[in-house]
Amino acid sequence: MHQPNGEPLLQIERLSRVFSIRQGLTTRRFLAVDQVSLALEQGRPEILAVVGESGSGKTTLARMILGLETPTSGRLIFKGRDVARLGPRERRAWFMKEVQPIFQDPFAAFSPLKKVESYLYETAYNLGGATRASVDDQVDHALTAVGLSLREVKGRYPNELSGGQLQRTAIARALITSPSLLVADEPVSMLDASLRMSIVNSFRDLKEQQGVSVIYITHDLATAYYAADRIAVMLRGWVVEHGTVEQVLGSPKHPYTQILKASVPEPDPSQKWQDKVALARPEAEEYMQAGCKFAGRCPFAMDICTRAVPKDLPVEGQTVKCHLYDPELPADQRRPDRPQIPLQMTS
Amino acid sequence: MATIADIRDLRAYYITDAYGVRRTVRAVDGISLAIRRNEIYGIAGESGCGKSTLLKILLGTITPPLTVVGGSVTYTFDGMPVDMLSLSEDELRAMRWKEISYVPQGSMHVLNPVRRIRDTFRDFIGAHVRTSPRETDEMVRAYLRDLGLPDKVLGSFPHQLSGGMRQRVTIALATILSPKLILADEPTTALDVVVQRGVIQLLQEIRERERNTMVVVTHDMGVHANLTDRVAVLYAGQLVEEADTRTLFAQPRHPYTQHLIRSLPKIDDKSERVSIPGRPPALDNPPSGCRFHTRCPFAMEVCKNEVPALEQIAPSHRVACFLVSERRAEASPPAIELQA
Repeated sequence: MHQPNGEPLLQIERLSRVFSIRQGLTTRRFLAVDQVSLALEQGRPEILAVVGESGSGKTTLARMILGLETPTSGRLIFKGRDVARLGPRERRAWFMKEVQPIFQDPFAAFSPLKKVESYLYETAYNLGGATRASVDDQVDHALTAVGLSLREVKGRYPNELSGGQLQRTAIARALITSPSLLVADEPVSMLDASLRMSIVNSFRDLKEQQGVSVIYITHDLATAYYAADRIAVMLRGWVVEHGTVEQVLGSPKHPYTQILKASVPEPDPSQKWQDKVALARPEAEEYMQAGCKFAGRCPFAMDICTRAVPKDLPVEGQTVKCHLYDPELPADQRRPDRPQIPLQMTS
Repeated sequence: MATIADIRDLRAYYITDAYGVRRTVRAVDGISLAIRRNEIYGIAGESGCGKSTLLKILLGTITPPLTVVGGSVTYTFDGMPVDMLSLSEDELRAMRWKEISYVPQGSMHVLNPVRRIRDTFRDFIGAHVRTSPRETDEMVRAYLRDLGLPDKVLGSFPHQLSGGMRQRVTIALATILSPKLILADEPTTALDVVVQRGVIQLLQEIRERERNTMVVVTHDMGVHANLTDRVAVLYAGQLVEEADTRTLFAQPRHPYTQHLIRSLPKIDDKSERVSIPGRPPALDNPPSGCRFHTRCPFAMEVCKNEVPALEQIAPSHRVACFLVSERRAEASPPAIELQA
């Protein structure tokens, strides 16, 4: 449940993660997550969407929050405690109950040889403090919170449930320990489009009725808009823009966010795309780019963009990592043909 | 309008007989549709609706336990109608890749991992056309350049390219010999949204340049809205609605189509979206009557007992639903508004 003293549930402070890749005889290091700072709201549950394409670093960020990956630098503060400083027993006794994962493939989360309820019972006994007397109720309670019930699920193997039902069972398992935070990495991308909304609606219900916060990681902007309160857009390890979903997706400021939004295929034939999009460059090239990592394909790139890392600047209530919005940028650094604030891209 | 593929009352089942148990999965159960020359025809539906099976049949790859139990598929490529189901394996093989090509699901994985892209193209083109390696290379380079793919792709191995690039290369491979009909199975699934847009635009460009015909199967209605001219909606092995794309999205008549479209989130709209309860039926034991009746909020008595016929309600709009045919009988007003 939430902090009575008003501290944010989770604070991420300049978090970075370096990966080394061997290319022949040389080893290159790149920052999969590069100085990311974010915080969940204080005092009330929220859903924070972290969006980005593959190779943006969002999964690495999720894994660090869950404690599955160790940061190279920076801090993760959960309920006022530095996660890196927790001893193994505290992790089990406290952190693992409070922060629970939901992964992309529900069929990978359950062994096809075990009945699905066995996972729920195991979690209830091992982490949920259940007794034989209380366990059925605890499991049923968690299932009801996601629109299922013990009666429906009992005795079934994973292949007897649909992808949507299985994913909801996975969420129920995550709820047994009464966590404060769920970290869901692409929880609906493997489900058919029409089944996705029931899962996404469950997240909204869990936030409103059970006070659970959710970090919702996805490349699907439409469900991110629908489900989340705030959103962070990631590109090659950076958070390039963040703010409320209405601000960031309603009025995107960073050129990358604008392209992302413009690329979502709207289910509306009267709004087809008019212009073409530039091809992305290989990941390694963009990660190693000097200055701004988006400079290679940004339609508004200036000279300074290939030389200096942009600052995180406040723009109309959201935060944007882009030289275009730097009021201190000398006039001679700007290109005369480029507007100061980019116009909305015509889509 | 010239028709390039005419499918009449097609029925294709997976029939297995093991340990004394005979099981029949009615994957395609009475589908009739006609694909017009030079259009992009979309087939929409969720997992298990029969769309991939339909594509397999169109490509002529019908291997046991899949059996065609009824109906016909007639192709007209050069003015001469051909009954596809009666072609020999050799004739089918000649037809594939020259007249019809296929972009399979997860197609980025069909590239040979130990061959450079240039060699994969050489192997492929060499198998169908008599040219020298140099001529092939020139042809490939020119084609890739026309499609906006960089030259250095040719010298690369598949794993050196991004997923989106591999997908585009696979599409180039499937279209370089200018087939008349291209069948694409979920061409954008698992791709990032910006890459997806690039793939969709590539397919549009190819259609413009080559004046060919495409059938695109995907559950993603956003892709249909941006790419296709007409869309057919499949449910449990049957065609429930077919219309030109604008009409389908503006006035969907079948309750399943309505839910499919209205359950999708749109940016700038946070109002509640409701998904359909339940899930598509198993095709070895489909519900009686209209297969959607168990999940349909408007199900009537007749829906449980009889199968609604596909009716033409407008020049380019067909629907199979008793609600719609009843209303036509009553000369009644417009589409039903769904309560969320």
